[in-house]
Parts: sequence; structure tokens; C-alpha cells
Amino acid sequence: MIQTRGERTFTVFSAAVMLLLTVFAFVPFLLIVIASITDETALVRNGYSFFPEHLSLDAYRYIRSSAYVFVRAYGVSFLVTLLGTAAGLLITSMLAYPMSRSDFKYHNVLAFVVFFTMLFSGGIVPSYIMWTQYFHIKNTLLALILPNLLANGFNVLLVRNYFKNNVPLEIIEAAQIDGASELRTFFRIMLPLSMPVMATVGMFMGLAYWNDWINALYFVSKPQLYGIQNLLMQLMTNIQFLNSGQAGSVLGTATVQLPSTAVRMAMAVLGIVPVLFVLPFMQKYLTRGVVIGAVKG
Amino acid sequence: MTARRKSPAKPLKKTLPLLLLAAPGLLYFLINSYFPMFGVFIAFKDVNYAKGIFGSDWIGLKNFTFLFQTSDAWIMTRNTLLYNLVFIALGTVVSILIAILMSELLTKLYSKLFMTGLILPNLISMIVLSLLVFAFLNADSGFVNHSILRPLGLPEINWYSEPKYWPYLLVLIQLWKTAGYGSIVYFASIAGIDKSIYESAKIDGAGKLKQIRMITLPLLKPTVIVLVLMSMGRIFNSDFGLFYQVPMNSGALFSTTQTIDTYVYRALMQLNDIGMSAAAGLYQSVVGFALVLTVNAIVKKVNPENALF
Repeated sequence: MIQTRGERTFTVFSAAVMLLLTVFAFVPFLLIVIASITDETALVRNGYSFFPEHLSLDAYRYIRSSAYVFVRAYGVSFLVTLLGTAAGLLITSMLAYPMSRSDFKYHNVLAFVVFFTMLFSGGIVPSYIMWTQYFHIKNTLLALILPNLLANGFNVLLVRNYFKNNVPLEIIEAAQIDGASELRTFFRIMLPLSMPVMATVGMFMGLAYWNDWINALYFVSKPQLYGIQNLLMQLMTNIQFLNSGQAGSVLGTATVQLPSTAVRMAMAVLGIVPVLFVLPFMQKYLTRGVVIGAVKG
Repeated sequence: MTARRKSPAKPLKKTLPLLLLAAPGLLYFLINSYFPMFGVFIAFKDVNYAKGIFGSDWIGLKNFTFLFQTSDAWIMTRNTLLYNLVFIALGTVVSILIAILMSELLTKLYSKLFMTGLILPNLISMIVLSLLVFAFLNADSGFVNHSILRPLGLPEINWYSEPKYWPYLLVLIQLWKTAGYGSIVYFASIAGIDKSIYESAKIDGAGKLKQIRMITLPLLKPTVIVLVLMSMGRIFNSDFGLFYQVPMNSGALFSTTQTIDTYVYRALMQLNDIGMSAAAGLYQSVVGFALVLTVNAIVKKVNPENALF
């Protein structure tokens, strides 16, 4: 591509601004990564700094030494993410499939049922009372999974649109002429042909579960059921207790010492690491997924 | 419908398996979304667990009267609306700018690299975000006080007890977290624009800026309208994490950080005032719903193509 001088200038300008913005997006992460490997006394004396006086891996050693708390929280987070995403994907695609079939009598009824949930809700109070008083999910693993299962209708519509636009009805008809049942068509044809959207939506769901802390805030008071986010949050709350002069017990157990600032930052780093693994996939599928989603249904 | 039936048995045979596939999802929406809709009557009751939700006394609009008599109602409504308006306006402008700049980069590798960097903030949880903010703003060892204000000889600021700074902080934080991600749809739209339009503009002597003004921006308009409308419909909602967790639930900051969502949470879980909380929640749902319908009706009148439904 031949570029004029003006265009070249603009390209250089764009690259410079983008570089600046990317650095701006990264710098806060850098600060906590550095804080997590800064010696605690240096941290107290000099504050958070990009160029600490003394480095130390004490924070990570501390985490390893009281591993059970962190491993348990990590375990809860992984389990909830895995179960929630798997179940969510299955139910979402099973619901999206009939919606995508224009030859199915009720496909528009289904679409409206889903769409309306995006427009109006009863609010958190009736939901809270229903889940706690009638389904009794308080302080169970289900409390971390169920309220977010199909967090919003958006994902269902997204998958529906993909099914509709990318798998022609002719393929389905051909399969059924060959004797495939609806179930078989769905599992053997529709799903294998729709892996990109499954990956995109699965990623959205996985991230939502990994990052969720609100369900635990509403429904869980047992520290044993805290995922990594809620453990972090509890450490934060304890900072507040300290700031306001009231000492709180940390992690609900007296045996664990009050973690240092560096430990908090190390935990935050450990909370982000799994997300980093998702990033390359995110990069690959995101544009496509978001664009599919932006197509209105 | 009946005219298309070939035999009475066939439609059921065809419909039933599909209905069965849809059943779990439908059941879920029924329980999680539709049942609570009928729970809105809680806002009109004096909830008493001893008598049960259904057995509690009706008190008409009292919950609402109490709610709107407090200054909370005004503050949370104002905050929710103003923050959302600023988020929508600034977010849209910044996202479009990023998308345009990103589309100008010569190689795919660069745009991928930058995009990856810019969406990372969107992937972290509000808890981690609040820790990041805390690392910058806490009074004793925070980066801003310790490494910027102090060396410059400026007075240190107690960020978590000064409400006046939070409108700016929250806008900045929200932009930092969402603008990169928000630019993706615009980036994809720009990538979809026919390159030959730019080529012919170039032959006519249009420079880059002129091309952006005359081609890119007008062609982005439909996308902008749809996205802005969608966010308008949610203007009575707010990101609970941003307004609750990032200011660390600090009571001193409520005048500039309280939104309807955080109020509902506090009234329900911290004050145990179920009636008031339900009233605030219903207020939010009803006004939000009315807003969506209104906005959609207006758009439908102006340009049916852009309407949401």
C-alpha cells in the first residue's frame, strides 16, 4: 500500500497514541505486581512505588505457608467456573437451537420469553427472597452457580443468531431426511458446526464466574465457600477495619496473621493470572463474538 | 398455522423434541426471571418474616412515601442518571477514537497487540480493580499521595473520605476499564467498510482527517445509535461493583457514590429494610422499562431500521 506523507504522519501518530494508551492500561497492573514483590518494610516506608528499594518474595512465601486458605478459595473459584460454564453453555445452546429454527412453530415465542427478561426484572429483593426462602440456596455451592447460570438473555440471543446465520436450514433438513432425530441433529451437527460461538460465549461465562463476587456477597457467609474474589474482598474489608481503628479477625480464623499489604497485592496477582490465559483466546474470538452479538435479533 | 399441517400427528412429533431441548432454559428463565416479577408486590407490603411474605400486611404506597421523603432518593437518582450520561457520552467518544486509531495501524499484528493490552482492564474483577485503585489512592502508602503529591510538596488527600473527587475518579476508572473493550464493535464496523470508498476519496484528494470525517464517522453512525440506545435503556442501572466496591463502601462518600443499585443492596442487606429496598428496586425496574419503551418508540418513528424491537 502506497502512503502519502500525510498518511504516514497519521499512521505514526496513531501508533504513538495507541502505544501510550496501552501503557496506560498496563501501568496499574505493573504497580501491583511490583508491590507484591516489594519488601514489606520498604512498602510501608516509601509507599507503593515502581522502583522499590528492596525486592522480596515474602508475600508469595506467606501465601504458600498458609496455602490451605488460598488453595481452597482457588478450588472454589475453579469448580464454580467449570460447573457454571459447562451447564450454562449446554442450557444456553439447547434453548438457542429451537429459537434458531425458523420452521419451528414457537421460535418467536421463545425469543420473546428470553428477550423480555432483558427488559424488565422484579428487582433483586424478590429474587433474593425467592432463592433464600423457597430454594434455600444460602451457604451452598449452588448459590454461587444458579443465580448466574444464564446471567442474561443476551448470550442466548447471541448463540441463536450464530446458529441462524451460519448453519443453513438445508443442512438440518438433509440430516433429518437421512433419519437423524432433533437431538442427534443438535448434538452431532449444530454444535460441531458452531464451535466459534461456543468458545466466545463460554469465555464470557467463564470470566463472569471467575470474577463473580456479588452472589457470595448476597448468599454466602461461610468463608469455606469463598472463591478467590471474595477472599480478596474480605482482605480489603479488613483494611477498612484497620483504617477505622476497629481490628477485625481475618479470614474468620484466629490462627492466620493479618496479611501484609504485599500479600494482598500478591493475591490480586494470583487472581489475575488465570484471566491472562484466556487473553489469547479472547483476542481470537472477541471481535467475531462481539460483532455477532451486536447484530440485533 | 393449521393450514400448514400435513397430518395431526406430525407437528407434535416435530415440535416435542425441540420443546424438550428448550425446556431447561425456559424453566430457568421462569424461575430466575419471571417468578421474581410477581414478587414486586413486596414493595407494597410491611414484610414480616414471622407472618411470611404472603401473610404480611399490605401498606399501600407507604414504602414509596418513606423512600421519597428521604434525601437518599434524590441523591441516588441524580447520581445514577448523571454518571450514566457521562459514561455513555465519554465512553462512546473515546471508544470511537481508539477504534479509528487502531484501524490506522499498518499491520494486523500491531492492532492485535494493542487490542489485547486495552481489553485486559475489562477482564479483571471489580475486587481486583478496587485493589488497584487502593494501591494508587490509599492515604498512607498510596502511589498518588506518596510518590506524586508529597514530592511535589502538595498537601496529601484523604481520597476515601472526600466525596468531591469521586465523580472524576469514577469516570476515569470506568473509562480505563471499559473504553478499550467498547472500541471493539466500532473497530469491527470500521474493518467492514469497503476500502474502495477510501481509495476513491484519496484520488479526489481527501486527506486522512477528511476521510475520517466524511466516510468513517457517517458510516459508524448506525452502530453508534444502536449502542447508545441500548445503554440509554439501562440508564437507571449501574455497575454495583464500581459504585460499591471501588469506593470501598465508604459512608463518607455516599453523596457522590450512592446509586440505586448500591442503595438497594444496603437497604436489603445492611439496614434489613426489605420494604424500602423492594420499593427502590421496583422504582428502578419500572422507570428503566418505561425508558426502554420510550427510547425505542422514538427511534422507531425516526428510523425504524435502528429500533431495538
